[in-house]
Amino acid sequence: MTFLDGIYLDALKEVGNIGAGTAATSLSKLLNRKVNMNVPEIKILSFNEVETVVGGAEKLVAGIYLEFVGDIQGTILYILDRDSADNLLRFLIPNYCVNSQSGFSTIESSALREVGNILASAYLGSLSTFTGLSVKPSVPALAYDMAGAILSVPLIEFGQIGEQAFFIETIFIDGLDRIKGNFFLIPNIDSYPIILKSLGVIK
Amino acid sequence: MIQRVKVGMADLNTVISPGILITLGLGSCVGIALYDGQVKIAGLAHIMLPYSNLIKNNENKAKFADTAILQLVEDMIALGAKKERLRAKLAGGAQMFTFNDRDSNLLKIGERNVIASLETLSKLNIPVVAQDTGGNYGRTVELYADTGDFLIKTIGHGTKYI
Repeated sequence: MTFLDGIYLDALKEVGNIGAGTAATSLSKLLNRKVNMNVPEIKILSFNEVETVVGGAEKLVAGIYLEFVGDIQGTILYILDRDSADNLLRFLIPNYCVNSQSGFSTIESSALREVGNILASAYLGSLSTFTGLSVKPSVPALAYDMAGAILSVPLIEFGQIGEQAFFIETIFIDGLDRIKGNFFLIPNIDSYPIILKSLGVIK
Repeated sequence: MIQRVKVGMADLNTVISPGILITLGLGSCVGIALYDGQVKIAGLAHIMLPYSNLIKNNENKAKFADTAILQLVEDMIALGAKKERLRAKLAGGAQMFTFNDRDSNLLKIGERNVIASLETLSKLNIPVVAQDTGGNYGRTVELYADTGDFLIKTIGHGTKYI
């Protein structure tokens, strides 16, 4: 079997659903307004298909990356297209003015990293509840560059295991504004048996 | 019409002049360009990981620097290239994210990919004539079989031929 089959996948889907719900609640608190959420969509794609969900390998996107440690270890990447990042920043920063030609200022980067932190904590909290394993996230790092280049970071992690990537598309909605992001949660290769054991799949 | 061939991630391909090989958005992956100037045959690999023997699941030869280079050389020889005439150029191997407070070994995979590519090329006695690697930004590359020129495009870090 591959790691992305069967019970493990079902478990991660459930972690994704619960995590996205918690994330929407946390975002609502941070933005001080009600944030709705579409049902998160689980995507399983080959490496070369992944870029299509963000509009192609050369599309400019923001990536928020962090690593987690504890009973299991791994990496998290939250990737947002520019429009979604701008929608988020409009809520977070008073008088935010969109300048899509440039990168993000210090305060904008810091706001995006904080959102990454909140989302990562929501998903990791859900993973902990589900598996009983304890995990702690690192401080997030931010990059703004070609989608292909940013995606190479999680895809290389998946590349050590197989030929497919697994991630969760999450859409937060506030009125007419949409914040569409893709969330990658990737345990390292040694962590999979620990997760499967905690789920009772293997002894 | 000039043939433009896209090379995906964990993929490799070859063209003869006047073909162009393209790979989009290299991050920590490395684009390995090989060229035989006499017969104008070009090959490009887009590798993700350094060595195939470090990974259990290693059937896809184009995913690893060591096996991708061997495969590319073989494919180019089949088209009429000579191993002694091959020259290499490298691009990519960036570190896309950096933590302010600590180092991350995981994030240094780009550097390890470059080292493995250089080591493998050196074992095969293929000279590396140009290299644009490292940094913290993505690169799109095009390899021209007519001239052996390797075009590198970035966002905010310029465009150049090596």
